[in-house]
This record gives sequence, structure tokens and C-alpha cells, in this order.
Amino acid sequence: MLDAALPGAVGAEAARAALLSLEGISLSFKGIRAVSDIGFEVARGEICALVGPNGAGKSSLLNVVSGVYRPESGAIVFDGQRRSHVDPAWAARQGIARTFQNIALFKGMSVEDNLLTAKTLTTRATFLEHAFSLPRARRDERRQREEVAEVLGLIGLTEHAHSPVGKLPYGLQKRVELGRALSARPRLLLLDEPFAGMSAAEKEQMAELVLEVNARLETTILLIEHDMGLVMDLSDHVVVLDYGRKIADGPPDVVRRDEAVIDAYLGVEHASDASN
Amino acid sequence: MQFFLEVLVGGLLAGVMYSMVAIGFVLIFKASGVFNFSQGAMVLLGALTYVSLVERDFSPWLALLVTLAGMVALGVAIERVVLRRLVNRSPLTLFMATLGLSFIIEGAAQAMWGAQVHGLELGVPDLPLSFSDVFISQFDLFAAATAATMVGALSLLVTRTKLGIALRAVADDPLAALSVGISLPRVWGAVWAIAGVVALVAGLLWGARTGVQFSLSLVVLKALPVLIIGGFTSVTGTIVGGLLVGAGEKLAEVYVGSLVGGGTEAWFPYVLALGFLVVRPTGLFGEAAVERV
Amino acid sequence: MSARFAAHPARFAPLLLIAALLAPLFADDYWFNAILIPFLTLALAGLGLNILTGFAGQLSLGSAAFMAVGAFAAYNFQLRVPGLPLLASVVLGGLTAAAVGIAFGLPSLRIKGFYLIVSTLAAQFFVQWALTKFAWFSNDNPSGVISAPRLLVAGHDFSGALGRYWLTLGIVTALTVAARNLLRSPTGRRFMAVRDMETAARVTGVPVLRTKLLAFAVSSFYCGVAGVLWAFCYVGTVEPHGLDLTRSFQVLFIIIIGGLGSVAGSFLGAAFFVLLPILLDHIARGLLSGSLDAGNLENAQKLLFGVLILLFLIKEPEGLARLVEVGWRRITELLRRRLPALSQVLARRTGGHTYPEIGGNREI
Repeated sequence: MLDAALPGAVGAEAARAALLSLEGISLSFKGIRAVSDIGFEVARGEICALVGPNGAGKSSLLNVVSGVYRPESGAIVFDGQRRSHVDPAWAARQGIARTFQNIALFKGMSVEDNLLTAKTLTTRATFLEHAFSLPRARRDERRQREEVAEVLGLIGLTEHAHSPVGKLPYGLQKRVELGRALSARPRLLLLDEPFAGMSAAEKEQMAELVLEVNARLETTILLIEHDMGLVMDLSDHVVVLDYGRKIADGPPDVVRRDEAVIDAYLGVEHASDASN
Repeated sequence: MQFFLEVLVGGLLAGVMYSMVAIGFVLIFKASGVFNFSQGAMVLLGALTYVSLVERDFSPWLALLVTLAGMVALGVAIERVVLRRLVNRSPLTLFMATLGLSFIIEGAAQAMWGAQVHGLELGVPDLPLSFSDVFISQFDLFAAATAATMVGALSLLVTRTKLGIALRAVADDPLAALSVGISLPRVWGAVWAIAGVVALVAGLLWGARTGVQFSLSLVVLKALPVLIIGGFTSVTGTIVGGLLVGAGEKLAEVYVGSLVGGGTEAWFPYVLALGFLVVRPTGLFGEAAVERV
Repeated sequence: MSARFAAHPARFAPLLLIAALLAPLFADDYWFNAILIPFLTLALAGLGLNILTGFAGQLSLGSAAFMAVGAFAAYNFQLRVPGLPLLASVVLGGLTAAAVGIAFGLPSLRIKGFYLIVSTLAAQFFVQWALTKFAWFSNDNPSGVISAPRLLVAGHDFSGALGRYWLTLGIVTALTVAARNLLRSPTGRRFMAVRDMETAARVTGVPVLRTKLLAFAVSSFYCGVAGVLWAFCYVGTVEPHGLDLTRSFQVLFIIIIGGLGSVAGSFLGAAFFVLLPILLDHIARGLLSGSLDAGNLENAQKLLFGVLILLFLIKEPEGLARLVEVGWRRITELLRRRLPALSQVLARRTGGHTYPEIGGNREI
């Protein structure tokens, strides 16, 4: 439902285009400020990159959006719905899926099973129907496995479907993480450093995958990344954080030439450091 | 009122003993993240060995010394033989390993010394002392005093000595501790040795109180509610937790137990701990871990 | 098809047939009473515990308590509801145990990881106390020991050794098939997701609390039914005495040795547990002239169990189930080289699987 009472500055036009909008988000951990007053928008269908030096608060923001952390103040607007905080169950139902910086796969299960967990909300049959292998349960299973098989094909892991996830090399595990998020058929995909620890070749493959997901499945993507080259190539929109504050927000070429951004990366001190 | 005080004091004194047992757990947990389920078996082994040596005409002091040496050796052996092979495994796996250890120690203890009940004499008669009309068992006082001394000594160890600081460093961040040159195996070995000593003292005190028999190893299970209420990582917590459990258990038995026919001591501490956890999931003094994803 | 368990189900079918039909020809009353029935009963209890601890990652030290609840509930239903069929009492016993299981599983809403064992410990001690203390449960029987009711199913008497065996075999088989189906379904995956990484599970949409409670419920149901079988078909009396903390530990031992997170493992562990003392006794009789006395046997057993737990945890954390699977692989490998056709048939019945390292991600 669109919020009809939005002021003219962020007009109805722009509101329709933003799938996710953060307003004034602040978060602290035991007295240490993680993010201060962050606000930006992610338009429908775009790839938005969240960049900044380590500790700038990027993962924390992602955690706020996916419901892992609860902000102290501010609002999250997803598809027109405004909330002061998100809980993971709601996020999952809304179609927000994510990957984690340190792989958070279900190590005791196979690749296919990991992907299948993302389908959990689409299960129609009750546990009793599954226990007795009744028709509706079997239909569920079949449908879910078929859908997951497609994703496996997309991420190129079909032959590893039954491998225990814990035994796979790091690069493949990262792809399984992505596969699990994709299996949820999300509207918004949050990627936390999806290219970390990968070789150049792996990065290229992953980047192509990300682009394909965005183009083919029309998934809006918000990703955290350090490799500036990748960021420039992949994203339509870049938001830069430093010490928990937003210091730049715009298209890649504009942002990369921004003074404050350059200073942040080169470590030049500026007035806003007083916050810490 | 007087009766209430008697029950309360009796409970508090028992609580001090629970605290002492619990501290053995805390040390090991703090240093290595292992919940040492075999602490109970160690208590039994300590008491049983001492008593059996005395019955074979060892002088009490010699028996004590031999048993002490044995317990320390056991602690170090456990760390070296078993736990080192299980580094990096999940807490649940480690717990189950200590479960296996408890089977071994119990089985071995009873195989060595037999399964009969033994009486244990520590030379302190169980006579009632009277403090303005409130009767307190002399032995209970002695036991509590010993336990309190032990607790005090251990607290000092943890906060004032080099070993204690190393222990807290390891508990906080093993990798960081390694990088400043702390030898993890040495710290762990020391901690298990101390746990062995604590087990021995607990075994002697409890054994004198209730006789040395198999059920002694179950006493230690009561330490779990103590740890839960007090937090697994805080020595102060175990003191407070122990007192709460000891007093609570006795009071419940008297006031609630009379309504339902007694025997509530068997489960009351656990239900108490459960209640606490629901209100404060990390115990009174424990630290809430901030999960970083 | 992702075959998750060491023993592919199809392999069980012929075994089951043999078990049901041939056993009476080869087994005598001793075998039924002392080996097969307790084996099946403990395997079911192990399966129940495995569902909660091995698959859903919630450690429980109260399985015997739920067995006791099941036994007493079934007994009371059978006693007080006139004309209630035996099987209905069994199911009701299981459901009662499930309800108690949910009650003691509720704290998992607030309590994470290891601390949760205090809840099942509380269950163990409280249930044992309540069943002993309140005479109503034992029908005000002064001696506190009640005989199991007559086992009549559809008019047939199953009270003899063979009858009790078939009854037990039938119930355990049905429940095992149901468990296997459940664990390979979205519900089973929810259990494992919660076990492996609760936060990721939550973010993926798994309703964590409901999943945990369901795990407690199903697990307790299975333990409850196992308890009914234990009382009605094995010991023949309904009493809380043999279902104490020691028994809970034994059930835990069974699944550690057998294989956490494995249906077949529960059976392997139970077989091991039931056969080992007998084996020890025979060895003692053979090697040492005169068998070990009961006390020594118990101690030796305890020692051996402890050593085995450690060995398995260190060397083969996935238990006997894994060993069996590896062994099976080796055999099929060997056969493949010698008898290609036969081995192809066998190979189709085996599959890859994964086992968990319980609680591999520390979430305390």
C-alpha cells in the first residue's frame, strides 16, 4: 500500500520506484555507535552497492534490513510499508533474502537441502501429511525440488546437489549461499560481501551471476563490496559509509570522484570523526 | 520465626557447598568452554579413594596427599588425553565427551574400591551449636567455612595471580591469548588440575555429610542450577547462585513440600533455574554474547 | 533423490520380512524377552531422542521421563476408559507425553543452546517425583508396582513372547517409516536448519519456536510410545523406577554411538547397547572361569561405554551408522570389481548422505 501522505519532495513518482527506503537509521552496540542517521533509497530493479572502509557499519545496516538487528531510531520502508524495525519472519514473508559475510550455510545438510530450506514458507502440507506421505505432501516435495533444480542450474551446481555443503570449497559454498537466497524468489536480495575471498576468475563468474539474477529475475539487489572495480562495473547506484555515517549517495562515476569519499579511503581526518 | 531461620541458615550453608562444587565447573568452562559433566564422578572418585585408603590403614594426611596427587594427575590426564583431541568441536560434543568420561571414572572408581557405602570421618562432630536459640549444625558450619575459604582462594587465584589472568585471557579470546604467548595447554592442564582438587574437597565434605556412595556424583548435578542462576562464567555468580539454590531448596522442602508430601528437593532447584532462565536467559551474572553475523 | 540415511529404506524391507516371519522359527522366548523386544523399544526411544537432539539440535536429558509419562498415561487410559482399544491407549500415551514434552520445551523460546538441558533435567526429576508421589497415577496400588494390562488387539491376545514381539515390531516399524518420511520433508529440513544455524534459519523464514516445539512434541511422542512398549511388552510392569536419569543417559549413549542425526543409527546403537552386556558376560565366562558378578559386570559395562563414547566422539563422530555406511561402500566396491551386475543393483540402493556436527555454530 503506498503511503499517500508523503511530502512533495519525495514525490509519488519516486516513491513508487523505491523498493526499499531507509530513513534516519541509528544503531549502537553497548554504547558504541554502529550507524548514525542513515537514509537512502534502493530503486526497484537496481543494483545498489554499499561501500566504505571496514567497520563503517555496512553489515549492521544489512542486518537491520533483514531483521537481525533492531535499530534505535529511524524507519524502514519496504514496498510502501513503513516499520520501525523488521523481524526476520516478516522479512522472509515479504521476499527479502540475504547471504552472510561469514558463510551461514546449514553444514549438516546437502546443497539441495540448503536450497530447499528457502522454500519452507511455500509448504502447503502439514507435518502429519508429510509423515504419512500423503498426496499433498508429495506434491509439495516435487514442486519444491523442481524449483530448486532450476536454481541449481542457474548457479551451476547441479552435479553437487547431494554433496554435503561443509565439504565444498569456499567459492562453491558462496554460490550455495546465493542459491539459497535465490530459492526464496526474493524481491530484494541482500548480499554481504559476495565476492570476498574469491579468485579473479571466481569473481567474474559470480559477477555474471549477480547481473543475470538482476536482469533475468528482475531482483533488486543491495550488496556490500570492497572491490571498487566490481562496484563500478556492477552497480547502478552507490552509497558510501564511513564511521557509521553516509558520506555519498549517487551513481558510481559521481561517487568515485567525491571528495569525502576519497578522503575516507585515504584516511584523511574530518569533522564528523568527533562522533566516536 | 526461629524455625524459619534455622532452615534458612541450614540452606545457606548447604548453598556454600554447592557453590564450591559449581566453581570447579566455572573454572573449566571459563577456560575452555567445556561443561565438565564428569565433575560429579571426580567428586565420587576423590571421596572414595580417600576413604578406601584410610580404611586400609593409611594415615588421614597421607591418604589425603595421595588422593590429592591422584586427582591432580587425573585432571591433567583428562586434558591431555581426551580434550586435546576434541579441540574445536562443538560445545555439545565436548559435553558428551565429559559424559563419557563420567562413565569411565565412575566405573573405574567402583571397580577399584567397590560399591558399598562408606562413612567418612573428618574429625568434626555433627553437634548443634546454638546462636540465640537458633540451632546450627557444627559440621555444617565447618563445611561452609571450608568451602568459603576455597571459594575465596579460587577467587583470588582468578583475579590476582598470573595463572588467573592467563585463564581469563584464554576464556575471553583463545587466539589472542595464544598470540601474547600464553600456553593454552598449560592453562587448561592447570585448570583441570584445580578442578580435581575442588572435586576432592567437595567429595570429602559431602561425603562426611551424607556418606560416600554412588549418589554423591548426583550432587554435582545440583551445581547446574547454581551455574545457570549465577551464570556460567562468573565466580561471584556461583556464590550467589549457590546460596539461592541451597536456601531455596530447603525452604521449598519445608514450606511447599509439606503440602505435597515432600521430596521436592529432587526437582526444585531445576525448576527454580528454569524460572530464572525464562526471566534472564544468561543468568544473574553471565554475559550475553553479542552474536556477530 | 537425496538419500539421507546410511541404510537406504528399501534395504530394510527384506530385513523386516525376515524379522517378522523367520524370527519365530529361530528365536526362543529368551531371545524375544531379553534381546529383541528391549532392542526395538530402546531403538524407538533412541529414534525419539535423535529427532530432538540429532536432527533438531536440542539436547535432552529427559527421554526416560517422557517414556514414563507415556507408560503411565497409556496405563491409566486403558484402565479408566472402558472399552478403549489397546492401540488407542498407546497413541494417547504418546500424545500425553507429547504434551508434557511441549511444556518442557517452551523454555526454548527464551533459552538458547546448552542452557536448555536444565529444562529436560527438570522434566526428568519432576516427572519421576510426581509419578511416585501421587498414588492416583498407579491407581492407588499400595506396592506402587502395577502389572501391565492384557494385550488384546482386535480380539487377539498378544501377551505371549511372540505376540509381544509382533506388537512391538509392528508399532516400531510404522513409527520408523513415519519418522523417516517426516525427516526427509520440509519439516525435517526445518529441524536441521534450526540445529545447524538458528539465525540463518530464522532469516530464511523458518518459524524457529514452532519448529523447536514440534521437535519436542514429536520426540516426546516417540519416547512416550517407547515407554508404553517398555512397560507393556518388555518389563510387564508400569513403574517409574527403571525410567530414571540413568536410563535417559543410556538413550543418549545409544544415539551417540549409533549416530546422531541418523534413523538407522538409533537402531544400531540400540542393538549395540543390548548386545554388549551379553557379549561381555560370555567373554567373561570364556576367559575367566566363572562369570563376572553382577556388580563387576555393571562396572565393566560402564567403563566400556564411557571409553566407547570417547572413541566414537574422537574418531567417528557420526557413529556406527557411518561405520556401517563406509563398510557397505567398501563391500560394494569389492563386489563391483568381482561381480559387476550384482553390485549395480546394490549401488542403486545406497546414496550419499550428510551427518551433522551438532551445534557446530556456537550460539550461546
